Amino acid sequence: MKKIFYVLTICLFKFNFAYSLIEVDITRGNLDPLPIAVSPLHVDIQSDNFQNAKVKGLGDLISSVVENNFRSTGLFNPLNKDAFVQKPDIAHLKPRFEDWSLITAQALVTGKILVKDEKLKVEFRLWDIAANKEMIALAFTTTPSNWRRVAHIISDKIYERLTGETGYFDTRIIYVSETGDKTQRVKKLAIMDQDGANTKYLTLGNELVLTPRFNPTNQLVTYLSYFRNLPRVYLLDIETGIQEVVGNFPGMTFAPRFSPDGKKIIMSFAKAGNSDIYTMDIESRLVEKLTEDSSIDTSPSYSPDGKYICFNSDRSGLQQIYTMKSDGTRVKRISFGKGIYGTPVWSPRGDLIAFTKMRSGKFYIGVMRSDGSGERLLTENFYQEAPSWSPNGRLLVFYRETKSGKKGEGFTAKLWSIDITGYNERQLKTETDASDPSWSSLLSK
Amino acid sequence: MKFNKKITNLLIVLVSALALSACSTAKKSGVTSGDVYTGTATVEYLASGVKDRVFFATNSSQLTTASRDTLRKQATYLRKNKKLSVVLEGHADERGTREYNLALGEKRANAARDYLLTYGISGKRISVISYGKEKPVNSASTPLAWSQNRRAVTIKAK
Repeated sequence: MKKIFYVLTICLFKFNFAYSLIEVDITRGNLDPLPIAVSPLHVDIQSDNFQNAKVKGLGDLISSVVENNFRSTGLFNPLNKDAFVQKPDIAHLKPRFEDWSLITAQALVTGKILVKDEKLKVEFRLWDIAANKEMIALAFTTTPSNWRRVAHIISDKIYERLTGETGYFDTRIIYVSETGDKTQRVKKLAIMDQDGANTKYLTLGNELVLTPRFNPTNQLVTYLSYFRNLPRVYLLDIETGIQEVVGNFPGMTFAPRFSPDGKKIIMSFAKAGNSDIYTMDIESRLVEKLTEDSSIDTSPSYSPDGKYICFNSDRSGLQQIYTMKSDGTRVKRISFGKGIYGTPVWSPRGDLIAFTKMRSGKFYIGVMRSDGSGERLLTENFYQEAPSWSPNGRLLVFYRETKSGKKGEGFTAKLWSIDITGYNERQLKTETDASDPSWSSLLSK
Repeated sequence: MKFNKKITNLLIVLVSALALSACSTAKKSGVTSGDVYTGTATVEYLASGVKDRVFFATNSSQLTTASRDTLRKQATYLRKNKKLSVVLEGHADERGTREYNLALGEKRANAARDYLLTYGISGKRISVISYGKEKPVNSASTPLAWSQNRRAVTIKAK
């Protein structure tokens, strides 16, 4: 027995030793962000049209996207480039570690790009300054117009190497763009990169649209549309723009989400004053009714393994969170705190359920374990709701309405994100007012 | 001296308490009872004396006595105008999650519809739509605005 223990410790020690490079502790939030230097990527003079400003500036652009991603995590502190001593091309070959440690950098990102024959080749390296070591070196080839995605993929690789967690930068967010007066709000489906770039509008605003959600491959979106004044769940193919109504329900369908395998849509169907939860198989169109209660049952969300569903119901009087097996059996109430609860959504890691809580005139975004224990409220405000998980389960994006006038007249609606540690609350950049965000999975897996 | 000051303080408190309670009773008899709107500022009329809408308490789809009275008048009006079809729109205030409010609006519209049915109006003449919190009549974020927005509105179908 003793022997085994001995062997184990040696292994552990060795393992630790081998990886005893810099590490970022993501559980502590932004208390002590890691100083990181992102050197502008060097543009190879062999590049086609090297004198073209677009090509020449590409290295700076990519590095600024990477830097911005890092800053947004609250875990990293990208250092001011004015203090950089080494030239990008030389640093990329072999940094002079003393120089970088002098400006307190603990990690350094260097890179090189080459634009040739309509192709963009990007090389980058991550260096551990204290250990005088290269941590990763990778290269990608793509079309030049894809440079932002390359920047996000690089960010993901570095984030993964330094935190041990999957990244979330090469992702998009779909949301509802809002304009106009509150009594006549115009709402459109909009999609953007996680950092607010590349906004595209998917509907024209002729009809009210709500609650868009991605399928697991991010090609389809399910949402609620009031097309022809009939509120129904729709399916939209983002590439082709083809939309279709989901199922043939004689009444309002709403609150849709995909199952984790992408084969089903789960949603509420309201009939004669009673909302219950249904699923529909997208291919066979087979419909299954999962709840049978005279109360309101809505906002269903699958666990990532597809075995359970959490949902919102007022069967006990007021809105609470429940779980059940995916066949509708073993219904169990899991929220018991003071106040009422809505919009439960299961973490992609499976351990937590995020929710909106309403109590004493305030709205909270919080998380609890899937058995209802360990409730933590992350943020309090006058009005906010509808959390959606980042694909790595470390952040939530939600929307918040802020009153602009003293008497409550006028308001703005914006998207916000927060770490599940409760730190790093940030407003996301959107072109218009925005609500109902849904975070995609990683685009490149 | 100290004693006197205390008394004055007490008086100030009493006076302000009176003022406050006067204020709240005025509110009750004025435009809301409990938190159900009883005023007419946002009400329109299907015909003379026939209000087009009923109001609800927070998180409730129960019809109040006043609501039932309004709906009986609507039923009488609909019996007289046999060719008329109506849409019942259900609405919620902004103080709730969007999806739950869609369901709540549907429940409110159906509560009103069911009442019309019991007064002999055919279900074929009444369709129902919920807007949840999407179409407030009063965009302010005040208890009064919220009470005006928790409503079921009967609209003549085109």
